[in-house]
Amino acid sequence: MSKRCVLALEDGQLFEGHSFGAAAEAGGEVVFHTSPFGYQEILTDPSYVGQIVTMAATQMGNVGTNGLDDESGRPRIAGMVVREYSERASSWRSQGSLHEWLNAAGVPGLHGVDTRKLVRHLRTHGSKRGVLSTESVSAAALIERARAVPDMEGQDLATPISTRTPYEFTRPLRHFEGSDPARHGVIGSPIGSARKSLEAAPLHVVAYDYGLKATMLELLVDAGCRVTVVPAGFPAEQVLALRPDGVFLTNGPGDPAAVAHAQERIRTLLGKVPLFGICLGHQLLALALGGRTFKMKFGHRGANHPVQDLATGKVEITSQNHGFAVDADSLAGKAVVTHLNLNDGTVEGLAAPELQAFSVQYHPESSPGPHDARHLFARFVRLMRPEGGQIVPVGAARLLANPRPG
Amino acid sequence: MPKRPDIKKVFLIGSGPIVIGQASEFDYSGTQAVKALRDEGVEVVLLNCNPATVMTDPDLAHRTYIEPITVEAAEKIIIAERPDSLLPTMGGQTALNLAKALAEQGILAKHNVRLIGASLDAINKAEDRQLFKTAMEKIGVPMARSFTAGSLEAALAGVEEIGFPAIIRPSFTLGGTGGGIARTREEFIEICTRGLHASPTATLLVEESLLGWKEYELEVIRDTADNAIIVCSIENFDPMGVHTGDSITVAPAQTLTDREYQRLREASLAIIREIGVETGGSNIQFAVNPQDGRYVVIEMNPRVSRSSALASKATGYPIAKIAAKLALGFTLDELKNDITRDTTACFEPVIDYVVVKWPRFNFEKFPGADPRLTTSMRSVGEVMAIGRSFQEAYFKAQRSLELDRLQLWTPPLAEGLVLRRKALEDGLRVPQADRPWYISQAFLEGMSVEEVAALTQIDPWFLVRIAEVVAQATALGKLGGLEQLSDAQLRDAKRSGLADSQLAALLNVTEEVFRTDRQRRGIRPVFKRVDTCAAEFEAFTPYLYSTYEEEDEAPPTDRQKVLILGSGPVRIGQGVEFDYCCVHAAFALREAGYETLMINCNPETVSTDYDTSDRLYFEPLTLEDVLEVAQREKPLGAIVQLGGQTPLKLSRALEAAGVPILGTSPDAIDLAEDRERFSALLTGLGVRQPENGSARTLEEAKEIALRVGYPVMVRPSYVLGGRAMAVVHDEEGLARYLREVGRVSQEHPLLVDRFLSNAVEVDVDLVADRTGAVRIGGVLEHVEEAGVHSGDAACTLPPYSLGALVIEEMKAQAISLARKLNVVGLMNIQFAVQDGQVYVLEVNPRASRTVPFTSKATGVRLAQVAALLMVGKTLEELALPSERVFQNIAVKESVFPFAKFNVSDVLLGPEMRSTGEVMGLAGDLAGAFAKSQAAAGMALPASGTVFVSVRDSDKAALAPIAQRLVAMGFQLVATAGTQAYLGKQGIDCAPVRKVLEGSPHIVDLIAARKVALVINTTEGLQAIKDSYSLRRETLLRGVPYYTTLRATLMVIAALERTHRSELEVVSLQQHLAVQSGLPLTKEV
Ligand SMILES: Nc1ncnc2c1ncn2[C@@H]1O[C@H](COP(=O)(O)OP(=O)(O)O)[C@@H](O)[C@H]1O
Ligand SMILES: Nc1ncnc2c1ncn2[C@@H]1O[C@H](COP(=O)(O)OP(=O)(O)O)[C@@H](O)[C@H]1O
Ligand SMILES: [Mg+2]
Ligand SMILES: [Mg+2]
Repeated sequence: MSKRCVLALEDGQLFEGHSFGAAAEAGGEVVFHTSPFGYQEILTDPSYVGQIVTMAATQMGNVGTNGLDDESGRPRIAGMVVREYSERASSWRSQGSLHEWLNAAGVPGLHGVDTRKLVRHLRTHGSKRGVLSTESVSAAALIERARAVPDMEGQDLATPISTRTPYEFTRPLRHFEGSDPARHGVIGSPIGSARKSLEAAPLHVVAYDYGLKATMLELLVDAGCRVTVVPAGFPAEQVLALRPDGVFLTNGPGDPAAVAHAQERIRTLLGKVPLFGICLGHQLLALALGGRTFKMKFGHRGANHPVQDLATGKVEITSQNHGFAVDADSLAGKAVVTHLNLNDGTVEGLAAPELQAFSVQYHPESSPGPHDARHLFARFVRLMRPEGGQIVPVGAARLLANPRPG
Repeated sequence: MPKRPDIKKVFLIGSGPIVIGQASEFDYSGTQAVKALRDEGVEVVLLNCNPATVMTDPDLAHRTYIEPITVEAAEKIIIAERPDSLLPTMGGQTALNLAKALAEQGILAKHNVRLIGASLDAINKAEDRQLFKTAMEKIGVPMARSFTAGSLEAALAGVEEIGFPAIIRPSFTLGGTGGGIARTREEFIEICTRGLHASPTATLLVEESLLGWKEYELEVIRDTADNAIIVCSIENFDPMGVHTGDSITVAPAQTLTDREYQRLREASLAIIREIGVETGGSNIQFAVNPQDGRYVVIEMNPRVSRSSALASKATGYPIAKIAAKLALGFTLDELKNDITRDTTACFEPVIDYVVVKWPRFNFEKFPGADPRLTTSMRSVGEVMAIGRSFQEAYFKAQRSLELDRLQLWTPPLAEGLVLRRKALEDGLRVPQADRPWYISQAFLEGMSVEEVAALTQIDPWFLVRIAEVVAQATALGKLGGLEQLSDAQLRDAKRSGLADSQLAALLNVTEEVFRTDRQRRGIRPVFKRVDTCAAEFEAFTPYLYSTYEEEDEAPPTDRQKVLILGSGPVRIGQGVEFDYCCVHAAFALREAGYETLMINCNPETVSTDYDTSDRLYFEPLTLEDVLEVAQREKPLGAIVQLGGQTPLKLSRALEAAGVPILGTSPDAIDLAEDRERFSALLTGLGVRQPENGSARTLEEAKEIALRVGYPVMVRPSYVLGGRAMAVVHDEEGLARYLREVGRVSQEHPLLVDRFLSNAVEVDVDLVADRTGAVRIGGVLEHVEEAGVHSGDAACTLPPYSLGALVIEEMKAQAISLARKLNVVGLMNIQFAVQDGQVYVLEVNPRASRTVPFTSKATGVRLAQVAALLMVGKTLEELALPSERVFQNIAVKESVFPFAKFNVSDVLLGPEMRSTGEVMGLAGDLAGAFAKSQAAAGMALPASGTVFVSVRDSDKAALAPIAQRLVAMGFQLVATAGTQAYLGKQGIDCAPVRKVLEGSPHIVDLIAARKVALVINTTEGLQAIKDSYSLRRETLLRGVPYYTTLRATLMVIAALERTHRSELEVVSLQQHLAVQSGLPLTKEV
């Protein structure tokens, strides 16, 4: 397990350490994540397809892996880089070590390197293409391979990983033994209440799958929705034919601008049915509304990003994972910016009230991360109710002076 | 929402003297709060009776009252200053309790003062266990099964259902005082009795045992807009059952899945909202069952705390500063993150390193005290270490403690497999200060992680990391020597946090040889920044820690630098006073244009606040770590005389390694510390010291004792802080002492001095410059006779009983000594005056404990002056104001932790045992003394019964004392002897039985709270034994007591003074007649 492993970046940077997970080679965009908790949820988030994830927090593997903290059934990352890896896990929930789990999925991991140096490098020079390898090949060769890794920009990674066929999703939010609300009170969740009020007549939501995280759907179910998941390429007309109360646009990997067909479909749906988008879904909605997206220097990946709801002024600590963002100016006259990132002023949420559509860049479903924003699923439900419900007082958009791309 | 316009003048309450459970962390938070309030243009009125704090510097707050933290004093201050608001959340439990009293007695309402930061309702809901429980039920946050009881009967009834072991926790007490774990009915009764007494509301909580569960703390901040964030998660290494203050703790939490962590986070936010802490920080503690994840909340503190100071230092997020601004009405999103400058303070810090906090204990000073760690806190200080892995931080923290046990293992265990195994298992099963060494010993002896986990109930994840390092160390031990050690092995060992000294020992070479070799191989630490954001944003604050990795983020500047060595963990004998000195040096030198570099490892202090110095190196104060910093920074020199003994001990080695020492030379330091050399020097100067000698055998000791004459003061030569010092009255006592305490040997001679009986002790502090000019900082006369450690004695400035001639003589001797030693900077001398004859007891060529007190009393900032002298300035250049005569007298009184250590006697002696000090300031001596007593928690009674019992040599002096008490309307009781004696003098005094004479005796009387004041001087082992239970009960019942004649005379005067008229409050600024509230000139 302590086989040699190397990370080579396109700009010639090398990080040599020990291997965990699979003895293999993988290329991808090297990014960093700052959350100290929830590595398993991160690794199973399909938005990381094509990415090598560096964990900024140093100690990883501590709690092993389990069947529950899983967003999509298997690791989706290309590779993982950490400072300290613990093979011996300590958690009453653990069912196996992180190493075994990654190994079974053929995903390589690197530990024992100066991850802070790597993070600082990515922060200053931007996300880089890289290759993680346990093969004994020359540094030069690896750097070459890193340069051969396709650029994130211009890649549609969502369509290929979307579900092939439509299906019904009915599973409510999973609770591990011990966090069962009845016995231990999951505190202050507005969802539960929304659910009761809706049990009578469940709302029907059609969710476009661009690489979804299961928790999103579970929260919709908890909020009283019957969810039909459809492929990214599912025709808009057929969606309408399903007579949904609302359409949900999931998260996903890659460059939103490259998923042109999705924009088309969303445009057809706009105004005909309430829409709610998250992350990639948010970016696609923006594009459909005629906005623009751009690639950020190194993106937002963490569980501590402050987002301000411009309508209420309240700040939520949010879970984030995106390398592209919506250009605020491009929305002028097309949609209102409803949420801003307090750190760099980038757009975190938008709404087109008259079209009954809204979306957020961050992850209200969290996992991992704070639950501050889970009420947004209830907001979507209110919007779908026959009597409707408005999203945000228009004109709430208060843009920070000059947004700095992250 | 911006600052509230209606807040213009804020009354801030400090935490008072350093006591166990409330230490310098509140100087850190208080100082931050004052600065933060000032920055917003708010006028600050401060109350804190602890002179050894930075927050009480006369130019920090607009008005600084060094007065007792009592309702009376507070109301007088409110009337004098008319503040519109009171901020009670910065001064620990003390401030919270005072604020509560002021509010409940309607004093705040009467003077239109509003509470900001926490409402009375919120305080009560958080602090009253019953109200808290109800609140938790309301929001569905689980708690341990429990009930509250207001009487022993109720407690016994309730415990039937909960069963044993049961946890008993008194309401409204500090650090769990009076609480404990009862495994049997007997223990239960004993602890409940203690607890009911300790609780100001005489209520306690009896709780289901959660022993062995994992313990966590979350630090929460909330603003008026209901934005709430978690600043830091902390996981205790020691499981539930060991007070967090006594536990090794780790940040961030290491063994939680996100679902588990978010559950605690959600609970924390719900709790702070339900309790209604509208603005500011709170600390919330949880327990989690490692078997099934069941969790419960233990408690919340609606204020900044020891943990919030730790969280601030661990993340770089200044909780107290932010909390103070929120109290003014700001919201989090309106405040910036200092460290990244342009990101907001409204976020949750994340860290890309591991932080380990390790407590420091002083059990050795309280013989007979139960050393088991339990639910009531008894550590006196702590260290923190930062590393890129748990093990690196853990072992860095271990060496930061400055214990003389550098090896990883326990001292040799019992012989024989069985005994050995038992010793090991007991060491693991029973939590004690040295358990960590048992853990590594256990792994050394081949115990498995599972076995150790089963015995300690410490999470295996931590144990695995330790086991790996132990394996690594043992492997190195098996190597033939340094040459067999590969670079890779060496680098790995350093990455694991092992010290050069430890590795050198394993490889049988000296530390120096090892270090040279390591550095030759180019294996050096790099320095990384603490930046609150795991490098996501650029950091500007030079708050650094070392680690063995690739990238160094903080190349030194080319400015002129001064390296200031801090004082490490607080311990009895080396307290916050020394941190005060280091902080002042940083202020003065920064002002003078130097780049100031601070090295310290104590998270509680102001010196480790990142804006105190230009660069903060959060590092252990060992030779290795200091050298690595010094060699990269190449400062003009290092300041070693302000941090107490810690840096002083390093001075020679640092000099040898080529680090210039600023100020007094290491050789002069050595001259003053080495008894033989020093005696020679004194003789040379014709200065007297008590006749003395050093003995290498019992026979020699007896000879010397006979020569100098009994009683003699004896001490082993290898101890500091008065450890194991004792007064011996005869040859038989000498023999017993040697049997029980003092080893004598060739290398460890026993030092024997003539004991100066009934002598007045005096402290003199002075500063001297390179030209030999000397300025006397202050002359402090001790109230207690010589024989009571200078750190424990009360003292007055100016002296109150000494003649001008004697004082002049001492000043002259001090000056000639300073010149002879070529002192540059600070020096402290202790004299004893016996029958007008002056003797030198010792010279400390460094800042002393009394520097802050003296500086506050005289307005001359000795530590700042000293720092400037050390970098070459002269007294002439500094042109200090000439020595002034003040209309006020300043009295320093000490506070003691006896209540925390069952069975320890309260009699004062040559071994220091006080944890902190207070200051009383008034126009007359009696008034100042009265204030100092009130401040130290010795509330002097207005009437009632006084118990007197004095040794024969004091009898003569007793009669007038008794008369004065009677004149004031006190009743007297005394035991037969004294009573008869007083009777003869025609003083009426009721008889009471000695304990030996059977009930009803004096102890019953005290227990029944029928005694208001105890005067008890005693000598001779037997007499001391007999009267022990009496003093113990006095302590338990919180009855003021005096055990020396000179202190008794003072308190009588103080009683008469308070009987005459009320004491007025006086601000430090009035006292010094300095202008108050000058804008902060770069922190100075
Ligand atoms: N029910 C319990 N079972 C076992 N240990 C407990 C229990 N309740 C508290 N403790 C221990 O006692 C310590 C002190 O309790 P706490 O409520 O925090 O009092 P304090 O106000 O002194 O901090 C805790 O840190 C924890 O280790
Ligand atoms: N010869 C002596 N006669 C009387 N008291 C003494 C004598 N020597 C020391 N003491 C007492 O013991 C205390 C501690 O001794 P000191 O030499 O100051 O040790 P430390 O290094 O702990 O300060 C002094 O403050 C003084 O009260
Ligand atoms: Mg506590
Ligand atoms: Mg002394």
